Amino acid sequence: MKEALKHIVVAGGGVAGMEAAGALAEMGFRVTLVEKNNDPGGHLGRWHALFPDRRPADEVRHYLRKRIEHRNINVITGTTVEKIRHHGHEVAVDLSGGTEERADAVIMATGFDLFDARRKEEYGYGIYDNVITSAELEDLFNNGRIVKADGKEPARVGFIHCVGSRDEKVNNNHCSKVCCVTAVKQAIEVRKMIPSCEVFCFYMDMRMYGPYYEELYRESQEVHNVNFIRGKVSEASVNINNRLVIKVEDTLAGRPLKMELDLMVLMVGMEMSAPGAKCAAASGLPAGINRFLETADHHFGNNLSSMKGVFYAGTCTAPMNITDTISHARAAVEETVRYLNRR
Amino acid sequence: MNSELFIIPFNLGLYFILIYSVVRSTVWFRDLSRSDKLRLQRGFFGRPFMQSIREIFMESLLHRKIFRKNPVLGYMHMSLAFGWFLLIVFGTIEADFFGERHLNPPSHAIFFRWFNPGHGDTGFASVYNFWMDLLLAFILSGLLLAMIKRFIPGMMGMKKTTRHTWVDRLALISLWLIFPARLFAESFTCGANGSGSFLTGNLGATLASFLPAAQIAPWFWWLYSLALGTFFFLLPVSRYFHIPVELFLIFMRNSGITTGDRSSSYTEVQTHACSSCGVCISVCQMSYAAGIHNIQSAYFIKGLRNDRDISAITANCLMCGRCEEVCPVGIELGPMRLIERRQGERQDSIPGFLERYSLTRKRSTIERLPTQSYSYLEREDPARADVLFFAGCMTHLTPSVIAAMKKIMESAGVRYRFMDEKGGVCCGRPLMLAGRDREARELINHNSDIIWKSGAKILVTSCPICYKVFRESYYLEAQVMHHSEFMKNLIEEGSLRLGYLHRKVVYHDPCELGRGSGIYEDPRSVISYVAELQQATQEKNMSLCCGGSLGNLTLASGKRALIAADAAKILTQSSPDELITACPLCKKTFVQATDTKVSDIAELVAAALPEPARKARSRIRRMTARTLADG
Repeated sequence: MKEALKHIVVAGGGVAGMEAAGALAEMGFRVTLVEKNNDPGGHLGRWHALFPDRRPADEVRHYLRKRIEHRNINVITGTTVEKIRHHGHEVAVDLSGGTEERADAVIMATGFDLFDARRKEEYGYGIYDNVITSAELEDLFNNGRIVKADGKEPARVGFIHCVGSRDEKVNNNHCSKVCCVTAVKQAIEVRKMIPSCEVFCFYMDMRMYGPYYEELYRESQEVHNVNFIRGKVSEASVNINNRLVIKVEDTLAGRPLKMELDLMVLMVGMEMSAPGAKCAAASGLPAGINRFLETADHHFGNNLSSMKGVFYAGTCTAPMNITDTISHARAAVEETVRYLNRR
Repeated sequence: MNSELFIIPFNLGLYFILIYSVVRSTVWFRDLSRSDKLRLQRGFFGRPFMQSIREIFMESLLHRKIFRKNPVLGYMHMSLAFGWFLLIVFGTIEADFFGERHLNPPSHAIFFRWFNPGHGDTGFASVYNFWMDLLLAFILSGLLLAMIKRFIPGMMGMKKTTRHTWVDRLALISLWLIFPARLFAESFTCGANGSGSFLTGNLGATLASFLPAAQIAPWFWWLYSLALGTFFFLLPVSRYFHIPVELFLIFMRNSGITTGDRSSSYTEVQTHACSSCGVCISVCQMSYAAGIHNIQSAYFIKGLRNDRDISAITANCLMCGRCEEVCPVGIELGPMRLIERRQGERQDSIPGFLERYSLTRKRSTIERLPTQSYSYLEREDPARADVLFFAGCMTHLTPSVIAAMKKIMESAGVRYRFMDEKGGVCCGRPLMLAGRDREARELINHNSDIIWKSGAKILVTSCPICYKVFRESYYLEAQVMHHSEFMKNLIEEGSLRLGYLHRKVVYHDPCELGRGSGIYEDPRSVISYVAELQQATQEKNMSLCCGGSLGNLTLASGKRALIAADAAKILTQSSPDELITACPLCKKTFVQATDTKVSDIAELVAAALPEPARKARSRIRRMTARTLADG
């Protein structure tokens, strides 16, 4: 009789979790994929199109969905991993609802939470009608129309970079990496959907770190006439016509600026996911000063945790884009397999 | 008999300290400003004198405040201070009454047993003896506690105790030796002569049964006198100088002298009146929540006393005022720190011993040069209004508070003008907290001009930081009101119709509003109209700082987050539905620190307004007119 398959629990069914589960199943392992929502897919589920080439997010969603359609994968939805602990040679995983899974290894792929823009009250999210987050703008893209609260099309849209990123006042010193290029992508999309609409981006630095990002940034200015103003918005208010009024310092021109906007988009950053942080704290997995999980080594142990048999994949360790997340998940799978073979 | 040599150290010490005290007080008095001199003179011959005597008795002898904080610590201080005081008083009476002649020199009372070894066998004298032994036992019990406290501070409810210099240690040792030396000196003398009461008599008899008591006794009398003499000589250069200086401080304070905004004899007196007890360290959130242990008021004062460069200590403080609330000596620690913040750059000067303890030495003042000018601000000609609303910079960062205030004032039919709706000029308080008074004055003048020109009768602000500076540093005709006071008036005069929110809330006193301005009850009564108010474990004058304070420009955000998390945890112990504050900065800070909903008091009131807002304008206008007439 065939030896029983080795079993791996993957905590989190986003991009990293789905890729890791698929890769492991393909290699002949039994995988339990635990997802907190009712459907796997993570934040990607909400996205309309992806940078840098604006390919439809559906293509990547489709790839990942296929990836986990495998007889070795059991998907448990509506459930979170509460705690990971050692139990003899195995790892015991406590799930919400009181059940327990025994596994040979665990991959943490709990991902990130979007920064709650209410914590930057000065931008008026949740207070003024026409302040939305970058994720909500994707919802509008999916609906096929960009409209203000009153149902009309905006004549001027402003993108506010670094909301909850690189901001000491909300205790987030880290850069979320993907928001700059997301803003450029979204700015182009707005310009294409409403050609008469003016678009302004208010940034601290433009961090175009990936392939074709810089090209996209250039295209946004040369082809789509997106305006970039270097300076952080200090506060927003509403005038008598219910238009937003923002105060910002144009740090290149060296002068304060006031501008009226119809729609303000907050480029919300990434934070360690709350259920992931809870699980890590309960399991004794250390977090770094940015509250993401601390890996064993920045360079050659970036998928390793401090606990035997527990590996990290994706944005639970740091902000990263989808390309890097998939690579990171595959690397986690490799580390896991190496660990299981050595045991 | 009077020519015993061992009394010399004591006598030298005593006359030294007496002369020193007189000279020192004279120098301090001479350096007082003219008006403060007058205050002190009037105080000396008036009611403040009796108040001071009473306060000295209650605080310097009985140590009532310390008693309230911790009974064991209070007992320790009381037994040493009050016990010693009684021992001197009754010792003097004893020497006068039972001695060979009346009006003895002090040494005769202190060393009474040596001069009258066989005294006190019968009748009244034995009763008196018993009383003197009882006093000595009382002091010794306190001394025992003091020794325990030195090694286990936690026993007295102290989290930390201050670090001592070697002079302090020497003084401490001599102080600790005084009473055990007296006990053994008296016991050996009593043992040799078969006299003494329950303590000295019994101990003496026991010791004499196996030791040559008569030969040993003089050694202990020498030790007793030396300990006293050493203590008196070290007094002016050690922390124990606070004992005589505190008496001087009490007289000054009761005569109406306050710290003011520049250094003076009074700041010198306060500097020396600090006992380094460390009570301020225990309550400091920077210490127990953020792990910063070297900036507390006790260390700040110590740096002042030793003329060190303490600019880093001075700057690194939340200015929340909790230490001032608990200071048993009543030193005005906030104003003292502000004075120091106004100083310019200084070098760490370590003066020589003589220079350091010179009678005329004062902390030098270094003029800080103005760094910027706001002369570019343009004068404004505002429209006239009865009620001016000034949101302030911080409220502009919390637009929901502005929205709530607009809704409330509209609903109450208040005709107001929003002074800084399109952006205004800072109230000046942050600059003052940074020690930049001159720059702050420019902003104050600018805003005052607008307020005067508007002809406003009421100036409402939703920021306690602005509120404090408007009240204290502006010269205005308008009545300055915090929005919680204003809302309370609107509710009481019937202008605001409010529903009841079925929510349990806890209220956080902002530092600048509570301790800073003494407003504790108005916000509470406003909240009680619309919701169920729960008590917090640390509230009112001992409320916690949220950690966001503008008073500290050097504290790292991570440390602030620790303070905020600790404060939020304590405030939400009773799991309220909502954490209410009355300061936009506290709100912004707490939002980062807790999952509980955080709201400003104006948002809570606005939520209780019926929808849609009723506008019974004519009736309300009448009401507001009445408020204005009253105001």
